[in-house]
Amino acid sequence: MLLSLLHIAIIAPFLFALVIPFFYKKIPSIHTGWFVLILPTVIFIYLLTFIPTISRGETVTQLLPWVPSLGINFDIHLDGLALLFSLLISGIGVLVILYSIYYLDKNKESLHNFYFYLMMFMGAMLGVVLSGNLMVLYVFWELTSLSSALLIGYWYDREKSRYGSLKSMLVTVSGGFSMLAGFSLLYVITGTFTITEIIAQVDTVAASGLFIPTMILVLLGAFTKSAQFPFHIWLPDAMEAPTPVSAYLHSATMVKAGIYLVARLSPVFSGSSEWFWIVSGFGLFTLLWGSFNAVRQTDLKSILAYSTISQLGMIMSMLGLGSAAAFYGYEAGYTAATVAAVFHLINHSTFKGSLFMVAGIVDHETGTRDIRKLGGLMTFMPITFTISIIGAFSMAGIYPFNGFLSKEMFLESMVEATHITSLNMASLGFIFPLVAWIASVFTFIYSMILVFKTFTGNYQPEKLDKKPHEAPIGMLIPPIILVGLVVIFGFFPNILAHSIIEPAVQSIYPYGLTGVEHFDVHISPWHGFTPALFMTVSIVAVGVLMYLTLTKWQKIYTFLRLHQKDPVNYIYDGIVKRVVPVAKRVTKVPETGLLRDYLAYMYIFLIVAVVFTLYHFGGFAIETANVAEIPIYVWVIVAVIAAAALLIPFLKNRVTAIIATSFVGFLVALLFVMFRAPDLALTQLLVETVTTALFLLCFYHLPELRNEKSKPTFKWTNVIISIGVGVLVTTMALSSLALKSKKGFESIANYFLENAHDFAGGDNVVNVILVDFRGMDTMFEILVLGIAALGIVALIKLKLNGKEDINEK
Amino acid sequence: MEILIALLIGVLFSVATYLLLTKSLLRIVLGTVLLSHGAHLLILTMGGLGQGAAPLLGQEAGSYTDPLPQALILTAIVISFGMTALLLVLTYRTYKAHQTDDLDQLRGRLDE
Repeated sequence: MLLSLLHIAIIAPFLFALVIPFFYKKIPSIHTGWFVLILPTVIFIYLLTFIPTISRGETVTQLLPWVPSLGINFDIHLDGLALLFSLLISGIGVLVILYSIYYLDKNKESLHNFYFYLMMFMGAMLGVVLSGNLMVLYVFWELTSLSSALLIGYWYDREKSRYGSLKSMLVTVSGGFSMLAGFSLLYVITGTFTITEIIAQVDTVAASGLFIPTMILVLLGAFTKSAQFPFHIWLPDAMEAPTPVSAYLHSATMVKAGIYLVARLSPVFSGSSEWFWIVSGFGLFTLLWGSFNAVRQTDLKSILAYSTISQLGMIMSMLGLGSAAAFYGYEAGYTAATVAAVFHLINHSTFKGSLFMVAGIVDHETGTRDIRKLGGLMTFMPITFTISIIGAFSMAGIYPFNGFLSKEMFLESMVEATHITSLNMASLGFIFPLVAWIASVFTFIYSMILVFKTFTGNYQPEKLDKKPHEAPIGMLIPPIILVGLVVIFGFFPNILAHSIIEPAVQSIYPYGLTGVEHFDVHISPWHGFTPALFMTVSIVAVGVLMYLTLTKWQKIYTFLRLHQKDPVNYIYDGIVKRVVPVAKRVTKVPETGLLRDYLAYMYIFLIVAVVFTLYHFGGFAIETANVAEIPIYVWVIVAVIAAAALLIPFLKNRVTAIIATSFVGFLVALLFVMFRAPDLALTQLLVETVTTALFLLCFYHLPELRNEKSKPTFKWTNVIISIGVGVLVTTMALSSLALKSKKGFESIANYFLENAHDFAGGDNVVNVILVDFRGMDTMFEILVLGIAALGIVALIKLKLNGKEDINEK
Repeated sequence: MEILIALLIGVLFSVATYLLLTKSLLRIVLGTVLLSHGAHLLILTMGGLGQGAAPLLGQEAGSYTDPLPQALILTAIVISFGMTALLLVLTYRTYKAHQTDDLDQLRGRLDE
């Protein structure tokens, strides 16, 4: 029942976010980032302590009921996959925050906003990967979309930031909605939101007629988040965010949430040919599209954005391919793709993170990220150059870096795919290695562009705003740590194999094992002269050739009309351009801005709802037998009140209308006297007097009442609604009276009558109820009056200087 | 007597609703005043009228009227007074700021 430390690890960033503005305002001399740095470091170290448990193949589950009646519980499920992602989130988080301390100027930037959003993202992202419940996962999922959009729009005074922010929001949130629908369908099928329970019912899901719609809806969520074609278009525009954000959210963590979801729900859906073809098909096409388009980019961050799209497609395709293992009893040949996917996921975060940081450094020190203006920076920034060489060569898949190993494993599994005999693979299987090879060539080319167009070639000082020099050490440490990992994982990949990769693969294939078995992952750089090795060699050869002849064949982009913007963007812009005005018009129909219309909706709804209920449950009733006698003076008073009230709408004179209203009020007080309610009569008399005085004080400042110039239909609709309301209330009063005597409900008042004297020591029961039995209510009533009084004083005292007047005629 | 009062409540609610639907701020404020009168009478009537003495225990009467609706109404009267006062001042302030009390002119601009 209690919050576990893992729960706290999720909640802490949100709570910490709340105090960030205080650090920023109260301690301006120290960069806020230094305070923020503490939390992810603590979380990272705490998560590291789970490695021994998880690598033994165990899982940690912490239950916390939230809305148990709906099956929504804040359960934590920490297994290999969750641990891998949460380590990435907190670990890269530490490095990115350290980097941001030097990237963002504490005097110029609104750091409190930045770190607030960043902490919100971190908590949400940890929530996504640690939740064992789909609904909770969904809530955190949307929070990551929200914080991502806020961070993209961090420099909100820039047009492009706002465009990118809105785009990411529209794409990822609409994907999120369809994912929610998919989760709901899963609930319909299985009756639970708990992921492990859904996985246990995999046969029920597979047999369900809703299997395909559920799968597609869930995948839409994953594909929009992980920027799979055609939803990838938001990612290049997301590059308007500050570079630490791009390195963190838009390459290492958030965009991998879709990958996470696919991996997490693989046990539920894999084993169907639709899942295999959709996941690997979209993955492969995204891989190709991303790498092909990355080559035409001129902005360093745009190259990296398309590169990220392509790499995400690659991981996605491997997960799709890995699902084939479900058909083949989890033999090593088929699970290799999933192992490669998990390994590449880690590698991608290291080398892409470092490359984004390099792009940030170049931007920071030269004032531009345009490769047409850059060149020859090698001599000014030798350390940055070295970092970028390692990162880019790893990305290109060159020995001895970690990218080489996972790329090799990727190619190997793609070649292996041609041996699958089912799933139409016998005829279509050749596509896998072919696409992989072409995409890898383009990956090689853009990796080379990234390094050599920036750091070698001609130095063009006239095109740069600043004189370039090496970045401060604080900015260099994070990418150095990352490329350090690139090298370490390159030489000693097996330090990851048993501790992280095996448990993660085990989470993706929960059925693959029986008893004490575990996946034995062993990664080695040398496999002999395999097809994959020949592919790598030919990729490098063709890649070098094509890089050197880049100018000769680059016209192909102009020819294909890809040189200006991604063609999918025409669709997005077209939709937004057409939908927004329609949405505005549709909103304007009910939202007229006129109080009368809103009231009319409410009254019409009230009448319809109550009449329906009364009719449906047979509530109409009038009881004539058991009513009190009507003395003649009551007739008179009632008649006079009704007459006075009916007169008010016709009065044109302010004072007359006010007097008529007060008249009604005083006569109501008289009714109270007759109905044996002395306290009410007294209060009503007092209040009515004060109210009348107040009206008479105010009316002088108000304009004369006008004849309302409105169409007869308008007036008559009002009359009909008013009469409807009146009839309704009368019916309600009569029906409830009849019901009361018919059902013989006892009044609860007897309790008060019996006990007022003994318990509260008072004989005036109404007063005793107010000050004793329901004393708390009365206290809050006084509070309401106090608030009203403050409001009134504020309204009267507030000095108008004319500026707050929105009256523009 | 309950039927008669129920009809009166209907009249009060009708007039109040009509006033609320008009475009003049002063009429709307008057409408809320009438609406609260109607609501108070409604609560009182639903408890049953005119049976027994006023709920003052010292009277040694055989039966008393229901004190609970009265307690509720007492609270309601005071709250509605606070609300009326606030609305009135708000109306005054609105008129000062915009030189009109016509809701048609006070609505937001079309390009918002």
